This record gives sequence, structure tokens and C-alpha cells, in this order.
Amino acid sequence: MKAKHQRLTLVLLAVVAVIAAGLLALSALRDQAAFFYAPGDVAKGVPVGKAVRLGGMVEKGSLKRAADGVTQTFVVTDGVAQVPVRFAGIAPDLFREGSGVVAEGSFLADGSFKATNLLAKHDERYMPPEVAGAMHKSKSLAP
Amino acid sequence: MIAEAGLAALWFAAAMALMQLLLTVIGLRSSPSPLRGEGRGEGHAAGDGLGETPPLSQPSPQGGEGYWAILAAVRPVAIVGGVLTCVAFACLIAVFLRSDMSVLLVVENSHSAKPWLYKFAGAWGNHEGSMLLWVTVLGIAGAAIAVLEHRLPERTLVATLGAQAAIALGFFAFLLIASNPFARIDPAPLDGAGLNPLLQDPGLAFHPPTLYFGYVGLSVAFSFAVGALLTRDVGPAFARAMRPWVLGAWIFLTIGITAGSYWAYYELGWGGWWFWDPVENASLMPWLAATALLHSVTVLATRDGLRAWTVMLAVVAFSMSMIGTFLVRSGILTSVHAFAVDPERGSFILALLAVYIGGALLLFALRIGTVKAGNTFELLSREGGLVLNNLLLSVILGVVLIGTLYPIVAAGFGVQLSVGKPFFDKAVGPVALLLTVALAAGPLIRWRRDDWDALLGRMIAPIAVTLFAGVALVVFAADAAHPIGVLPFAGLALAAGLAVASVAPLWKRDLRRTPLFTWGMVVAHLGVAVSLAGMASDSAFTQERLVAARIGAPIEVGPFRVTLDGIAPAIGPNWSALEGHLTVTRGEEGRPFVLRPQQRFFANPPTTTSEAAIATRIDGQLYAVLGKDNGDGRWQLRLWWKPFVTLIWLGGALIAIGGALSLIGRVRRERRSALREAYA
Repeated sequence: MKAKHQRLTLVLLAVVAVIAAGLLALSALRDQAAFFYAPGDVAKGVPVGKAVRLGGMVEKGSLKRAADGVTQTFVVTDGVAQVPVRFAGIAPDLFREGSGVVAEGSFLADGSFKATNLLAKHDERYMPPEVAGAMHKSKSLAP
Repeated sequence: MIAEAGLAALWFAAAMALMQLLLTVIGLRSSPSPLRGEGRGEGHAAGDGLGETPPLSQPSPQGGEGYWAILAAVRPVAIVGGVLTCVAFACLIAVFLRSDMSVLLVVENSHSAKPWLYKFAGAWGNHEGSMLLWVTVLGIAGAAIAVLEHRLPERTLVATLGAQAAIALGFFAFLLIASNPFARIDPAPLDGAGLNPLLQDPGLAFHPPTLYFGYVGLSVAFSFAVGALLTRDVGPAFARAMRPWVLGAWIFLTIGITAGSYWAYYELGWGGWWFWDPVENASLMPWLAATALLHSVTVLATRDGLRAWTVMLAVVAFSMSMIGTFLVRSGILTSVHAFAVDPERGSFILALLAVYIGGALLLFALRIGTVKAGNTFELLSREGGLVLNNLLLSVILGVVLIGTLYPIVAAGFGVQLSVGKPFFDKAVGPVALLLTVALAAGPLIRWRRDDWDALLGRMIAPIAVTLFAGVALVVFAADAAHPIGVLPFAGLALAAGLAVASVAPLWKRDLRRTPLFTWGMVVAHLGVAVSLAGMASDSAFTQERLVAARIGAPIEVGPFRVTLDGIAPAIGPNWSALEGHLTVTRGEEGRPFVLRPQQRFFANPPTTTSEAAIATRIDGQLYAVLGKDNGDGRWQLRLWWKPFVTLIWLGGALIAIGGALSLIGRVRRERRSALREAYA
């Protein structure tokens, strides 16, 4: 193979690879673009059973522990809407009522959320940026 | 006084870097080339006036008087600069060890009651300290090039040191203007605020320096690439000079990522070993680029091919470590690792990023046309295999980069979203498996040209083992209640085939006469197979129990029976804890052993952390996390049985060891051939 042809082949291969990476990322991102939800988004429809995140504040007085000792239920709110969440697991140390939380899990058919993991703030000052953004958005868009 | 001495050393080091850069520019401009005169006013000082002549290693008769003196002066300046940054860093460690509360940084990140190891590590467990560490490693690297590198032509070496100085200057400016680590506080408080307890772990204490050695090692590769472009000297000699640095950086990155993954696994207490956290990605991206570079630099060194591509990768690899630094240090991310910093610093790093990457890409665009084409090769050849490796690694790198930056870009347009594990698993998983196939076949292909039948013949054993492993999994591990899943299934089968293919290059060879770097390749590739097996096994076979445990009532998980005997207080140097006492037996006649998971309370700053208890067995790990008290005598307890999960990090260690073997082998061979030349 001549040097010129070879260079051309390699360039073509590289272009194909870049396009492949882009397409791959985009196709996966199309699902992910709707990966983070605020309670206010639920009215607009949410996917059932898909792995997503739900973020907001844990409503005061909503945190309850089920009889099995490891399942907790609470309500996540963004000031616009409320979503009941069910979580079986050991909650992070800084998870408490009135503070921000991002729950990983999936929506159930009845509009409630089944969390498999909770991400709470790491220290007293921190609020997950998605939560801050979602609350800001929901509040400013609320009628 | 120590703080002032440190700051002074830092200023002097910055001055040395400036001098190093100026000397380089002057030295390269007063080139002894007869073909060109002074610069033609193209604007970029270091870029013009460089002759087309082959690099000279001896004074040319046309050379200016001062030319060689200037070139000779660059090395000592680099060495002095390196020593001065070390002095500055030593001063920072000293103020931390002495708990000097008149230094602002110590007040914010340390406490006098902390164990000395964390006072020591606290020096770099914060924004300013870690940037000083970065500059120090950069200084050490510059000095090391000046001392060790004797095979590069003098002009290319000087251009390399100049590029290194230019990088260092940006970071010096950043430190001295925006993040002085030695700032005093007046009046001095009685004590400090403490270090985030999550960071109080021996593993994490040494994690950042390891990664930084990797990042900065890539800056050396970058400087070599810029130096070679400036003197138009891109060839096998340049590749051989650059390779040890790339290898070294890659080894440190591998260790850093492996150790970081294990740290997250045992310290965060959530049982996972990779989160696709942007900060993890920040270290993974340079590793991917460095892995590609490592393989393409081999093509350039052995076969003089892929010249432009290798230079490009060197630029990309360092860009990735800069982007990593930007992501972690700019405060644009919130994560366990990211320190909250003000936006001014983020913009500063972003500006540095733009200048260095933009500058290097511009230089690349201007110069690459003059880099001569290297040797050609057939598509089915070792070179072709390495090109495939590079393309697949680039695809993965591209996907990770897009996934990591997308939320940030989207945030710029006012859209809040987060990209998580599902995206990366879905987008990276299939490409990674394809890469595994390429990895198995690559070392079995001959250089220059090969044919498909011969390759297929060499691949029969690995393919047979893969198929056999697949069938065995279906027969023995098929369980409708716990389906394995497509990716873990393919991962396990391919890992078996890859293990066989990895050691195949040793087949029918005299093992004692096999070069060390061939051993290195075999061990590193085997490490990938081992790691892959661990990852697949963890996602396929992990069993989990989550219970509110009553004292004395046994819990079954995997092959174990776990009993909570009681909860007792425990005390440490700067924490107190509630400690669970778990008795574990395996099977009927197994000897019982004890696990002690803790809930730890730190007073400064007030925080609670979970300390997982992990029992390592030959076939996996039992992982226990103690949760909260339910108030009715029951304690939340989470147990995982993770078969063969340790293979993940064992594989990582093998990869790093393989890299180290290659490095030693390469350096020894270079030294031997240098000696031969000297005696010839």
C-alpha cells in the first residue's frame, strides 16, 4: 500500500471511529437526557421502570420507617409537587428531613418512586446542584 | 518563618521556570543553522527561526558563540527549579506537621488532634496544597529530564525543557496569584477545622500524589511532543526517548485508578467499585489516552510508523489530564473529591487549559505538514492491530468525555441533567468487549504483514477456551432466579479466552531469553483478563442481604451464616464509634471468624461515617456495613457476598506490574545499546 493511500485509510478509519463514538454516545444520551427528574416533572409524564434519578427536598414529617426495619418511606418535594419514595437500604448519614436528596431508582406505575440508592449532601453547606437547579426551575416556572 | 521561606522558594522556582523558558527561546532563535537567519516575525517567538537542519549534537562551525552556552545553561536551571519547588513543598508539609495555626490553609484543613499521617497527607488534601503538589511533581519531572535524558539531540531536549517551563509557569502564576498556600491568618485561631473524615484513610492519603505523578508524567510526554514539533524531529529516536516517560506516567495512573477504586469500595460502604463519578472519569480519561499513546509510541519506536498520530495523542493525553484537573479543581462538579472553590479559580484553570491545548494544537496544525511520513504497513499486521487498539480506545475516550462534559455544557444552556452509570455501562461496555477481542488477537499478529489463516491458526486455543467457558457458564451457572446478564456473561467468557491469548506469545519460547518487556506485555494483558473476570463476576454473582438484625438471630448470605453478637463502643485517635460484633461461619464445619463494622463519629468537623468490615477469602469477599439503630433492639445491617471481586484490583496490580517490567526492560536495553555505541 502506498503511503498516501495508507494515510487516507487511517484518516477514514479515525473519522469512522469518531462518528461511531458520537453516535454511540448520542443514542445512549437520548435516554439519559431525561435522566434527572424533579417532582414537578412528574405531571408531564415519567418513564416507568427505567433507571433514573429523582431530586428534591425531603418533606418535613414525611419520613417513616416500615416494620421490617430497613425500608423507609418519605416524600420528595420541590415546592410544586410531591412524590412518595420507598427506599430499602441504609440511608446516608446526612440524609434527614428538610434537606436535599437525590434518589436513584425508578418510577412505579402509580407515580411513586422506588429508590435503590440515596445520595445525600456530603456536608452541611452542600446541596446537590441538580436539586438546587430543579427547585429553582420548578419554582420559577410554577404558575 | 517556614511559611515565608516556602513562599520565597516558590517565587524563586517561578523565576527559574521563566529563565528556563527565556533561555530556550533565545537558544532556539540563535540557532546555528546556516539556512535561516533570525525569526521572520511570525509572532510566535519559539516557533520561528528554527532551521531545517538535522539536529546537531556537536557545535556547528556556523553556530553563534553564545548558542551552546545557552543550551548548556538550560539543564542546570531546570534542576535548580526542581529543587526549589521541593523546598516549597517541604515547607508546606512542615507547617502542617507542626500544626502552625497562623497559616490559613492549616487552619482550614487540619486540626492539632489529628494523627500525624493525616497532618502530613492533609498538606495535599485541599485545593492549594494539591496545586503545589502538582507544581512540585512538574519541577521534579523537569529536573529528571535534565539529569537523565542524554539520548535526545540537544536542541530537541532544550525545546522540551522549554515547553515544560511554559507549562510550569502557568501553574506558578495560578498558585502565586489565585491560591497562595502559605497565606497567614491574623489573629491565629486556637485550632483548625479538621479534615473531612472521608479523606482520613491511609489509601486516600497517597492516592492524589500517585495520580499526580501520572498526570505530570503525561505533561512530559506533551513537552517532548512540542519539543519534537518545534525542532521537526519526530522519529523513532524521539519515540524511544518519550516511551519511558509515557510508561512511567501510565504505571502511576494505573496504580492511582486501581487504588482509588478499592478505596471507594471499602471506604464509602456502598459495595460498588466504580461509580462513573466525573472525578473518577477525570483520572480514567488520561489513562485511556495514555494507553493508546503507549501502544502508538511503540509503533513509532520499532517501525517508524504513526508519526503524526503519536504526536497528536501526546497532546491529547496531557489535555485529558488538564481537563481532569479543571473538572476536579474548578468547583464545577460536586462530588466527594471536588473541593468547593471560587469561580475565579475555575476560570483561571480554564484559561490555562485553552492556552496549552490551543497552543499545542495550533503548533501541531502548523508543523505537522513538515513531519515526514513514516513507514507504511499492511492493515493485517501488528501495526494494524495497534491502530485498531488506538481507535477503540479513542472511541471509549470520546464516549467518556462526552458523558462527563455533557451535563456541564447542558448546564450552560440552563438544562439541569446528570449522566450516570446506565449511560456509561451501555455506551462503553460493548466497545470495551470489542477491545478485549483486539487485545487478545493483537500480540499474536506479526509485524509488517500477516495473513488471516495464520492468525486464525494462532487464535484457535483462545477461541476454543472462550466457547468452552461460555458453555460451562450456561450449564453450571444458569439460574433463572439470578440471570447473569449479557455483558457479564460475555465478559466472563472473553476473560477466559483473553487469559489464554495473553500468555500465548510465550508459547514455545525460551522463557529465560524472552526479553523483559515481552514479559511486561504478557503480564499486563493477563491483568486485563483477570480484572475483566473480576468485574463480570461481581456483577453476575453478587448476593446481597439487607436486614434489621436482632442480636443473636443468624442471617444467611451466600455460603455464610452471620450472627450479630452485640454492639459495643470503640474509640480511635480522633473519633469514637459504635462497633458491631459479627460472628461468621461458612458451611457446617467452617471455623468461625469475626467482622467488626463501625459507625464512626468525628468531632472535627462533626460527621458520621460507616466503616465497612470486609473478610477476604480466596474466592471472594464478604462485606458488612452497619446501619442505624431502629430503637427496638434491631440494627440495620447490609451484607454482600461478592465472589471473585478481588480479581478486579489484582488485575489492576498485574497491569501496573506489567508496565513496570516493560519499563525496566526498555531502560536496560537502551542503556546496553548506549554502552555498545560508546565502545564502538
